[in-house]
Amino acid sequence: MSSWKLMLRQIVRNPLSLAGVIIIFIFITLAIFAPLIAPVPEGHRDPYLIPHDGYSITPQPPSEEHIFGTTQGQYDIFYGCIWGARTAFRVAFLVMAITILIGLVLGSLSGYFGGKIDEVIMRITDVFLAFPALILAMAIVASIGPSINTVIIALCVVWWPSYARLIRGDILALREEDYVEASRGLGASSARVILRHVLPNAIYPTLIMASLDIGAVVLSAAALSFLGLGAPEGYADWGQMTEFARNWIVGPQNDPLKYWYAVITPGVFILFFVLGWNLLGDAFRDIFDPRLARR
Amino acid sequence: MELRAYIARRLLLLIPVLFGVTVFIFAITMFFSPTERATLYVTSPQGMRDLPSIIEQYGLDRPFFVQYGTWLNQVFHGNLGWSNVVSMPVGRAIFHYLPATLELAIFATPIIILTGIFFGSRAAAHKDKPVDHATRVVAILGWSLPTFWLGLLLMMIFYGYFRGLLPPGRLSSAMEIMVTSGDFIRYTRINTLDAILNLNGPVLLDALRHLILPVITISTVNVAFIMRLMRSSMLESLGKGYILTARAKGVQEKLVISKHARRNALIPVITVSGYLFAALAGGAVITETIFSFKGMGWWASQSALRLDISSVLGFALFMAVMFVLVNLVVDILYTRVDPRVRLGGGVQ
Repeated sequence: MSSWKLMLRQIVRNPLSLAGVIIIFIFITLAIFAPLIAPVPEGHRDPYLIPHDGYSITPQPPSEEHIFGTTQGQYDIFYGCIWGARTAFRVAFLVMAITILIGLVLGSLSGYFGGKIDEVIMRITDVFLAFPALILAMAIVASIGPSINTVIIALCVVWWPSYARLIRGDILALREEDYVEASRGLGASSARVILRHVLPNAIYPTLIMASLDIGAVVLSAAALSFLGLGAPEGYADWGQMTEFARNWIVGPQNDPLKYWYAVITPGVFILFFVLGWNLLGDAFRDIFDPRLARR
Repeated sequence: MELRAYIARRLLLLIPVLFGVTVFIFAITMFFSPTERATLYVTSPQGMRDLPSIIEQYGLDRPFFVQYGTWLNQVFHGNLGWSNVVSMPVGRAIFHYLPATLELAIFATPIIILTGIFFGSRAAAHKDKPVDHATRVVAILGWSLPTFWLGLLLMMIFYGYFRGLLPPGRLSSAMEIMVTSGDFIRYTRINTLDAILNLNGPVLLDALRHLILPVITISTVNVAFIMRLMRSSMLESLGKGYILTARAKGVQEKLVISKHARRNALIPVITVSGYLFAALAGGAVITETIFSFKGMGWWASQSALRLDISSVLGFALFMAVMFVLVNLVVDILYTRVDPRVRLGGGVQ
């Protein structure tokens, strides 16, 4: 309990960390209360599909009816941005959870047993790390077919190797600790040693890295959507909404910034979501990794 | 370990990596049926009739490893296949699109590394002063910026508001004509470099004008990354005993910072050069696509989008080789900067 209080005090004391907590809290609120903030219109089947008012492709400026305006195809920007928070959380958490799980299993096998298993797993990670992640993810999404779930799968495929390596490294160091030796000396099985003694100590650096990484996951997912390799058309997804704005960057000669609302709004949501996680990640790192703290 | 043996060992390790990368990408494409893959070769509606013969000719319905073996055999004979997206052989496509990407990298890398190191070490030297706070805020904002959105914002300002100031593409059409005319010798296809070699001022200016926005777009995130890294690395090095010793000896603070602290703080920055390479390659995809700056990234993304298998494989092979070579050079450089590190692991 006291350690929680200590953590809270450290977060509140640092204005940047506090800003991170507030930003993420606002996004959590938006995601949870999305149906209240941006009500689903009557008779609308899937709440994640942004309702659209007609089919005209030209974006319309903010009005009483559409407070953030509408983007290409008359999709309501406000609705898309609010429900997009749910999409962002879903992608970020699923990718992180699956990645960490794979990383934990393969990394601990690799680090604890060493030898041939280690060699094989590490060569496999080499293969994945030898290639720009975004392009590999693009190829995967393109071949399975674009959807939110494919984006999640593709990001997991390109993301797990760095976690497997991180965890392996931590475990290699922990394996030599006296308490691990002692437990083994007392006749504990490998599984027990890994699960009870090694992993609990390896998990903190992993979680810190994960909190620092969530922003990057969201950015990559948004980039895939932006390239047309993400959500189906009209899905509440910030990356795709930015893509919709691509044809409307330059307005007519006499009003070049006419469609600013379609370009800027979804990007601001991405920026603040990622910023919030990055600030929070920094805060966690400072708190849990005293070696790096408050430098 | 002896340098030559070390390099040989690392290059040998490249073989399983290349094998793995290509098998993996080849396997991904197997999600598609032979007919779907055959349609990639068809250019007209009438061509659809030839689908069965295309499948037959390229062996698209044979088992996975037979198809992979055929491809590998061709690669050993120097044939990387045909790039449908740009209608030229993959080998030629690589050399056609590489210069544009190299040009981006040539301008972006020094900017990224120098600005990152400069502001990162300044922030650390003035910890908790306004400079430090400003650097941290800028760094974390830059690190959180979606690259594609930044590109769109820059376009909105410079294509819309200041119309015609910084145009898209690699060259204006007038300059494109001049460059392709007989008088202009394209030594490298890197426009700025060629312009200098040809002593052609207008082309140089035009090429630079086209480079500004893409370079800003691709650099921002990475400048922020190096700033953060440099700041924390510098702070760590400032806390070391030898800094205290230097200060106690009465060494000027300026010298302490530049010679004792910064030099040691540079080591992690060199380590991430390999990462920076991958980040630039990924960033090039988005940047080149947005600004229609046709380079490797643009070609790779078009190929991935249209599932042009031989292009993606050719690109993968090339990238993997480059990546391994970059990391090899980084590791060797490392021993020069930090004499304690020995090749092949272990610290003296």
